[in-house]
Amino acid sequence: MPKLTIDGKEVEAGADLNLIQAAELAGIEIPHYCYHPGLTIVGNCRMCLVEIEKAPKLQIACNTRVAEGMVVHTKSDKAKTAQKAVLEFLLINHPIDCPVCDQAGECKLQDYYMDYDQQPSRFPLPEKNHKGKAIDIGSGVMLDQERCILCARCTRFFDEVTKTSELAIFERGDHNRIDINPGQPVNNKYAGNVVDICPVGALTEKEFRFRMRVWYLHRTASVCGGCERGCAIDIHHHRGRIYRFKPRFNPGVNSYWMCDEGRHSFPALQNETRLTSPLVQSKDQLVSEPWGEGIRRAASIIADYKRTYGANSIAAVIDATSTNEEAFALKQLMKTAIGSDRIATLSWSPPGASGDDDLLIRANKNPNARGLAALAIPADGLDGLAAAVASGELKMLIAMRADLVRAFGEEEFVRRFGALDYMLVLSADANETCQMANQVWPIAAYPEIDGSFTNFKGRVQRINAAFPPPGAALAGIEAIARLGHALDGVDRPSSANAVFASMAAAEPAFKGLSLAALGEHGADLAS
Amino acid sequence: MERILTRWLDIPDLRKLDVYAGNGGYKALRKALFEMKPEEIINEVKNSNLRGRGGAAFPTGVKWSFIPKDSKKPVYLCCNADESEPGTFANRYEIEFDPHCIIEGIAIACRAVGAHTAYTYLRGEFTVQKRILDAAIAEAYANNYLGKNILGSGFDLEVFTHRGAGAYICGEETGLLESLEGKRAYPRNRPPFPAIQGAFGCPTVVNNIETLSNVPHIINRGADWYKSIGPEKSPGPKLFCLSGHVNKPGLYELPMGFPLKDLIYDVGGGILDGKALKGVIPGGSSFPIFTAEEAVKVNMDFDSVRAAGSLMGTAGVMVMHEDTCMVDALKTIAHFYHHESCGQCTPCREGCGWIEKLLIELEAGRGKMEDLKTLVDAATNMEGNTICVLADSLSMPVKSFVPKYRDEFEAHIKLGRCPFKTSSAQQAA
Ligand SMILES: Cc1cc2nc3c(=O)[nH]c(=O)nc-3n(C[C@H](O)[C@H](O)[C@H](O)COP(=O)(O)O)c2cc1C
Ligand code: SF4
Ligand code: SF4
Ligand code: SF4
Ligand code: FES
Repeated sequence: MPKLTIDGKEVEAGADLNLIQAAELAGIEIPHYCYHPGLTIVGNCRMCLVEIEKAPKLQIACNTRVAEGMVVHTKSDKAKTAQKAVLEFLLINHPIDCPVCDQAGECKLQDYYMDYDQQPSRFPLPEKNHKGKAIDIGSGVMLDQERCILCARCTRFFDEVTKTSELAIFERGDHNRIDINPGQPVNNKYAGNVVDICPVGALTEKEFRFRMRVWYLHRTASVCGGCERGCAIDIHHHRGRIYRFKPRFNPGVNSYWMCDEGRHSFPALQNETRLTSPLVQSKDQLVSEPWGEGIRRAASIIADYKRTYGANSIAAVIDATSTNEEAFALKQLMKTAIGSDRIATLSWSPPGASGDDDLLIRANKNPNARGLAALAIPADGLDGLAAAVASGELKMLIAMRADLVRAFGEEEFVRRFGALDYMLVLSADANETCQMANQVWPIAAYPEIDGSFTNFKGRVQRINAAFPPPGAALAGIEAIARLGHALDGVDRPSSANAVFASMAAAEPAFKGLSLAALGEHGADLAS
Repeated sequence: MERILTRWLDIPDLRKLDVYAGNGGYKALRKALFEMKPEEIINEVKNSNLRGRGGAAFPTGVKWSFIPKDSKKPVYLCCNADESEPGTFANRYEIEFDPHCIIEGIAIACRAVGAHTAYTYLRGEFTVQKRILDAAIAEAYANNYLGKNILGSGFDLEVFTHRGAGAYICGEETGLLESLEGKRAYPRNRPPFPAIQGAFGCPTVVNNIETLSNVPHIINRGADWYKSIGPEKSPGPKLFCLSGHVNKPGLYELPMGFPLKDLIYDVGGGILDGKALKGVIPGGSSFPIFTAEEAVKVNMDFDSVRAAGSLMGTAGVMVMHEDTCMVDALKTIAHFYHHESCGQCTPCREGCGWIEKLLIELEAGRGKMEDLKTLVDAATNMEGNTICVLADSLSMPVKSFVPKYRDEFEAHIKLGRCPFKTSSAQQAA
């Protein structure tokens, strides 16, 4: 690996790295706009100019590969002067509408201005060029051409990543503007990414516009639950509410991107149907009860069925949107506390859902289908359970996140499972299956829990609780642990770390893994 | 002096193939095909010290030698006929009057670098010129100076012509390549250089028309002969485009190193109306201006002009006499670059417009003293910091006009109007 010196620090960097990346290794930020590691290099913003000893002119760091013995100065007078000058040039025609700009707080123009320039503009304001503002370009994206610094990140995204080229630069010189081809609005399942990569407030999300100042938002690393790809994301939230999902870099999963479906999947996770209290069927109605009572009730009913009909009169169905920890905890509960080997996966995707494409989107809308398979929970076990119901062997069902009514349709559900005696449903929201249940327990949605999902390629990625679940809702593994304790008096782990550790000890697929060691990019299943 | 590049003045109908061939035409190509190895051609051109006529004065033989030998990809030659530099009009006459010389130069260059496809990129306005060149190319094909197995040598060459859509930046070699590939003429960052990754990702030589039309003469008469014309390091016959306030503007072939003073006062017949000389830009509009005192001391070759503080560029010599408002002249130049900047790089995109706007204000008498500093600062900050040198092409005039004619700039500010216009004319304007 070539060794070079950046601002006096010695850095060893892979030969294919550019100076922006190499400097980053040394903890030095070289300011840049057009460079994006997921796109080709255009070198047009000229913000990353640095001084390289023996080079006659300043060089752009983004288009300069590291070389042995290179001596780079990113903060020399010459480099600073050039960087300041670029900022000054950028601001000549910039509208400076920060007070009403959604990008404020995460705007690279603002940031660098604070870092480098902070001098009043020499150009009188009335002379600025005017271009289009608040243009709806389609797919929920708004364009402000005056704020645009023409870094061509958005055009490169559509040219290189989705290969659809909806945006282009029109005119020339300082009349240049980003635009769609006349009459051809953006219609792209990945359009939200251009909002993410736009370094200024020129591209904003219609949904997010004026909703929240970004500096109030906290970020929690997670994984999108929208499909079996499991794109790495950051959950942006404030006071227990999610404001947006943003993709998080994971080279083995989603690179820098995510799809719009996944991006806009969070409202469903926090709507008014969220369950906040355990419920029990009473006179054809679901009424609240405290956890203690609910747990006791379920435990005694399980004990009754076990005694009267045997342990295999009780089965569990777990939805493939559940975490690895939930699945493992439930599987263990069935085995050790109940003694039943009846457990099946519900893996389904709504009719009309998008199919596989070349980039990220998968037809299988379950973030953890592979995880459940790795835990040997049969994906085709539901038919067997239905048969057991029909034959009268199966009396009680514990449904974890499994919305059987929606998955099968009411008629088919009744045909298959209508003869059940008792159904305990653990669910984040009050779905149709809850209406059919004898008992309902409110559990946390995935943004509210620690744990992990295994994507379709076997990459295990961690999710983290962004904030606590609403009301009395509990993490799924906590509810399972409490039920288990009520059944056999054994203390079961209820932290995701501990459950994962037992899983790694018991399950060959997870051998050698630990939740804490998954890191930001996750790790592949052992087998 | 013997006319070399402008033989058409002595030989009527030189543009016709039979006339061209009857006057020694395509002899150099035969020599290059049958008597010389490609390296020998490159060496001969290297030894001749021929330097590019497109503006950058890069040694042509050296440029050719950068093309990888035994390239697995095809090699291309692009002949730059975008000729858009203000005050520059040599290539168009060469195409109109001596197209076979260009074709012969292209063929020899292709043989030297191992190219079997050549593109000639003509500026959008060259409709007539394209027709003439196409006709000459057709004649050359018909007589097997182009096409398969040229003259039985086994060497194949296809030549295409392509007309741009009218932008100065299409003449910048990498902008040209992008445009040729059907894209917006956005110049490319270097590295990679065209010699490694040019047209369609393949090794490519880009040469100006005039550069290539020197080549047959060099091959015919040898590098030593060539070097004997003008200064040894910057030799050869040169086409000068003389424009502005002279009595006889036009295209003149003169040896390199010809005194600028003689070009203006002898060849050009002196200044219009016997007025005094005020300034000369020696190489198109993209370079520093010479004051009258500087101009009369300069010899017109690449090195002498550089030593005197400017660049010879395309040898578009623009002469301005005493009645020229230098603020207005610079404003006109700035307008051109503002209009032609592709807008890719921040400093050029924003700087060219900024400078023009400042000059509009200054020329109208609405400027402030600090604007002069801002002008020079903006120009300085543009220079050397962009993808191509269009930014420098405005920076250099600004940085020379302002200090050299500072009193005129200040006069505009102090008077609140242009001193070269009566106040009524100012109001009308
Ligand atoms: C803005 C700009 C415009 C240019 N226009 C032309 C042109 O019209 N014709 C030309 O031959 N070279 C032009 N050039 C120079 C070319 O980039 C290139 O140097 C030249 O074609 C190389 O040929 P040569 O080595 O034979 O001179 C231009 C350069 C710049 C920066
Ligand atoms: S809209 Fe944003 S991403 Fe696109 S060119 Fe402008 S600043 Fe760059
Ligand atoms: S591709 Fe799948 S995981 Fe990725 S963002 Fe879209 S829905 Fe979510
Ligand atoms: S310097 Fe100007 S013309 Fe050249 S690439 Fe940059 S913006 Fe375009
Ligand atoms: S980041 Fe290097 S030029 Fe834009």
